[in-house]
Amino acid sequence: MHAIEKILAKNSGQRQVKAGEIVTAKVDFAEINDLYLQTIYSFYEMGGEKVWDSERAAFVFDHYAPAPDMKSAANHGEMREFARKNHLKFHFDTNCGVCHQVMPEAGVIYPGMIVVATDSHTTTHGAFGAMSTGCGATDMATILMTGKLWFRVPEIIEVRLEGETKKGVYPKDVILRVVGKLKADGAVYKAIDFTGSYVENLGVSGRMVICNMAVEMGAKTAYMQPNQEVLEYVSERAVRPFETQHTDPDFRYEESHTFDVSVLEPQLACPHSVDNVSSLSDVIAQGEIRLDQGYIGSCTGGRAEDIAAAAGILRGRHIAPYTRLVVVPASAAVMQECMEKGYIQELMSAGATIASPGCGACLGAHEGILAPGEVCITTTNRNFPGRMGSTKASIYLASPAVVAASMAEGRITDPRNYL
Amino acid sequence: MKTTITGKTIIVGNNIDTDQIYPGRFLAITDPKEIGSHCLCGVDEAIAQNFPQGGIVVAGTNFGCGSSREHAPIALINMGAGAVVADSFARIFFRNSINLGLPLIVCKGISREVEAGQELTIDILEGTIKVKETGKVYLCDKLGDQAMKILEAGGIKPMMRARFGKPE
Repeated sequence: MHAIEKILAKNSGQRQVKAGEIVTAKVDFAEINDLYLQTIYSFYEMGGEKVWDSERAAFVFDHYAPAPDMKSAANHGEMREFARKNHLKFHFDTNCGVCHQVMPEAGVIYPGMIVVATDSHTTTHGAFGAMSTGCGATDMATILMTGKLWFRVPEIIEVRLEGETKKGVYPKDVILRVVGKLKADGAVYKAIDFTGSYVENLGVSGRMVICNMAVEMGAKTAYMQPNQEVLEYVSERAVRPFETQHTDPDFRYEESHTFDVSVLEPQLACPHSVDNVSSLSDVIAQGEIRLDQGYIGSCTGGRAEDIAAAAGILRGRHIAPYTRLVVVPASAAVMQECMEKGYIQELMSAGATIASPGCGACLGAHEGILAPGEVCITTTNRNFPGRMGSTKASIYLASPAVVAASMAEGRITDPRNYL
Repeated sequence: MKTTITGKTIIVGNNIDTDQIYPGRFLAITDPKEIGSHCLCGVDEAIAQNFPQGGIVVAGTNFGCGSSREHAPIALINMGAGAVVADSFARIFFRNSINLGLPLIVCKGISREVEAGQELTIDILEGTIKVKETGKVYLCDKLGDQAMKILEAGGIKPMMRARFGKPE
């Protein structure tokens, strides 16, 4: 069996499971973000009275952090009251950051667990050897009532990443390349196991960047076998003992795709689809792309490593006239680390606007919305029409280095000129 | 459960994501009718205003990709959609819709065969779609047992109420 199958088998009390089978499995941790007040409504509509386990469910207020309007403030109020009434041990209010950064920091994510959250980017936690998936409000309400959810055991695709990347190439470039090849529906209802020497040597942050965007291929979950760095990170934080699962050597993947990352160049996802990916140099060769806004943030692109890469390029420089660069650290802890290391000061000196940790403008909620006709380059994970505001705006997805170099010039630029 | 659904079509393309079905700027809204009034406005703001009651949305591949927001099926239901037929659906959107009792039918190639405004009759049990204007009948993928069980119960809410002994 694959590690993912072992996790599903263990949590559903079975010795074995196979792809296509429907199992009802225990959920080890459930997270509700602040777009999902409907979860509480569904919970009561279905006859729910009390959350099944007050230590295994939490709210993270990240999409509207802090509340941009009265409606979202009122929604927060209802969710806060529900959390208080159920004595939820973990509660992450508007001062914490994006759920997929905050949860690992708090130690509620660990290998071998099942984590379900009301957010499609929950695939992120495959970075820690967890089986992690997103759901909607009503599925979440059934978890809050019963502690369980039904799952179809997914077929598993191997994405083998071999080699070391060149200078100026980041985990974001790697995953954009993979999405560009496998396409937006390349893994619908399936799991992706990222393997290979690149993954074996990759740190926690880079692993999260890659697993996060597995959902952009439709994947139900992502997986990476934990390495030493992951085990150290988790061991320092985990709130309960855990058991790492391992894939049997005779396991057969449904498909296998190999990428040699050593030949990879910086990548760019062009409007209006995440799988519309080209090499940065090819796009630049076709003509200048002027920019109105740069954005560094989100559950895939707002960690200390991302902000460090941007600060490294913009140190002693300034963003181009009549442009703006919005930097949204993924969490309060990330922001503090970036302040201690001086990145925030450097980026502010370069003309960046620092916004409060959270999801920010990634989903067009607040903190950097785009007007019709504007062009934005961003480290986030989606460039759908209207994602960051107007449907008539254009969004390019890239690594933090590409975003920083591009904002220095006010047009899409190769960061290798700055390294 | 109604096993046949008849309605006029509207047609949308491939990879219609949940931001296009229900843009982020409306996510704080909780009133279902108001949510329905913004449905598919990322594709065209006129769709919800002119949507025929009980109409059927016909889409290409990967309909509902992107965010897990349950507002997307809530919007479709409250706009008046009777079903969505597509070449394929994204996973979370599929679960969310079935959970709320909105039938989703996979019918490969359908989006290239049907025109806007035609009347379709879907037979969920048989797994067929008939186009009134052309008389043509198309074979669909039948829904899985789990999805059928939920739809037959009228969605997951009545199912859970029954299980917890809390009739409406």
